[in-house]
Amino acid sequence: MATTTVTPSELLAVMGSRQLKDDTTVFAGVGVPLLAAALAQQRHAPKLTMVIEGGIIGPQIRPGRLPVSTNEMRAAHRAQMLPGITDTFLYAQRGFLDYGFMGGAQIDQYGNINTSVVGSDYWKPKVRLPGTGGANDIASLCREVFILTAHEKRRFVPRVDFVTSPAWLSGDGARRKAGLLFGGVSRVVTTLGIFGFEPETRRMRIEATHPGVTVEQIRDNTGFPLGEVERVAVTDPPSDDELSMLRALDPERRFLG
Amino acid sequence: MKDGDHVVAGGCLFTRTPMALVREVLRQRRAGLTLSRNLMCTEGELMMAAGAVNRVVTAWMSIGLPWGVSKVMRHYVETGKVALEEWSHLAFGLRFRAAGMGVPFLPALTMLGSDLMGVGGMKTIADPYTGETLAAVPALFPDVALLHVSRADRFGNCQIDGYPHMDNDMARAAATVIVTTEELVTDEEIRRRPDRTVIPGFLVDALVLAPFGAYPHEVWGRYHADFDHFAEYTADIDARGVTTAVADYLAKYVHAPTTFEDYLDLFGGERLKRAQDAARELVPGVSSAHA
Repeated sequence: MATTTVTPSELLAVMGSRQLKDDTTVFAGVGVPLLAAALAQQRHAPKLTMVIEGGIIGPQIRPGRLPVSTNEMRAAHRAQMLPGITDTFLYAQRGFLDYGFMGGAQIDQYGNINTSVVGSDYWKPKVRLPGTGGANDIASLCREVFILTAHEKRRFVPRVDFVTSPAWLSGDGARRKAGLLFGGVSRVVTTLGIFGFEPETRRMRIEATHPGVTVEQIRDNTGFPLGEVERVAVTDPPSDDELSMLRALDPERRFLG
Repeated sequence: MKDGDHVVAGGCLFTRTPMALVREVLRQRRAGLTLSRNLMCTEGELMMAAGAVNRVVTAWMSIGLPWGVSKVMRHYVETGKVALEEWSHLAFGLRFRAAGMGVPFLPALTMLGSDLMGVGGMKTIADPYTGETLAAVPALFPDVALLHVSRADRFGNCQIDGYPHMDNDMARAAATVIVTTEELVTDEEIRRRPDRTVIPGFLVDALVLAPFGAYPHEVWGRYHADFDHFAEYTADIDARGVTTAVADYLAKYVHAPTTFEDYLDLFGGERLKRAQDAARELVPGVSSAHA
């Protein structure tokens, strides 16, 4: 058990890193997802290949020089290939990307994500958000997607205002029917716990809580009813080892908070 | 270029943006434009604030994570002054690839099932072999492509160091291609490294030598983006509001300088050298023979 206080970003990065298996490929955005992937690479997944949507395959993290965008020079540190943006995504469409990481302003009970507009009319938004970037493509084309997010009631809504990135759509085979051949969100990793989806309905359910968090607390902070697995697990807290490695990657605490 | 054109800008976010060309478009006070760019940054903000565009087509818009959600974008889109048509990053790239291939659409597996389908009017098509549902990503043929490259010869053969982004597809897709280059090299130098050429000269309508032509954005191995400049710009927007702050920015950085040198003088040699040193430290060995 770590003796120092763990920030929400550190918790998400550690829990996210544990989802990644060795000898796989992961689409990682800048910030916490990139740190999660780099941590996995250093600890248990040395043959993990990171892919960044600016058009980068196999970059490495240079502590203190973390990129703030997916297509600046710093993001390509020691990369193996710079194939161009369209071709990078086409590796995913062909099925070569095992994992994708995502975040979002709104998430619904089927794991769909909104990063486009708040409000009911796309063309007259109450709040205009930056947009999909590659998120829609990652959600559509990676074999497995992990959402990493702060757990807040205003974020976990029954129905997103706008489906920017599809997970299970309206559940029950809707994703396949829309023409998406594989993939989907498998886990939602939040600051309170870890969530999966009922195999039939594809509604979100509680799989694990972080230490000290109750199931009730999670329900109180979620805007829709959550199922739960028969035996809700408790996650192992970030270890000293995980935290020291993670903190060494971002010594300026640009993303770790 | 003329008013009402559909214009695409090369590079991506704050990398290899054709900023010198964007400033010239603004200096000429073009209006009614549609601007397309896969990830849109300050060039899109300036176009919005100057009243040059009434529509932007993009996958994402803001400067970058440290500077937050673009207040300029929010202001112009939420008040209905500018329409923001959103496509996924891959679909956006395939729109230029389709056009660059000379076909009306490309089948793809992205954007399906999402609400993005309805925004730009993307349709689906049944695979004629299996009946499976596919996205039919429509080709985008812009009137004008504005690109900034690493080096070119006088015939317009262009080489790009680092990220290729979508510039090669954009050059094939657009009716008119205008290029600025960091460095003008000899015919011989291009012929020595033909494997590096990504845009053949016969696609290019106009070529302008413009070292620092992307500044305050960055160019691979030549100069780093000016993050302090972004911070000053966004701080002024925070302090004085979008319309006042960006109007003053346009006056100072677009309309006041009478030459490109005058523009660079607003930053000063020390600052430009720091940007060069930072780029060389990150990506050694790119700097040109003339640097």
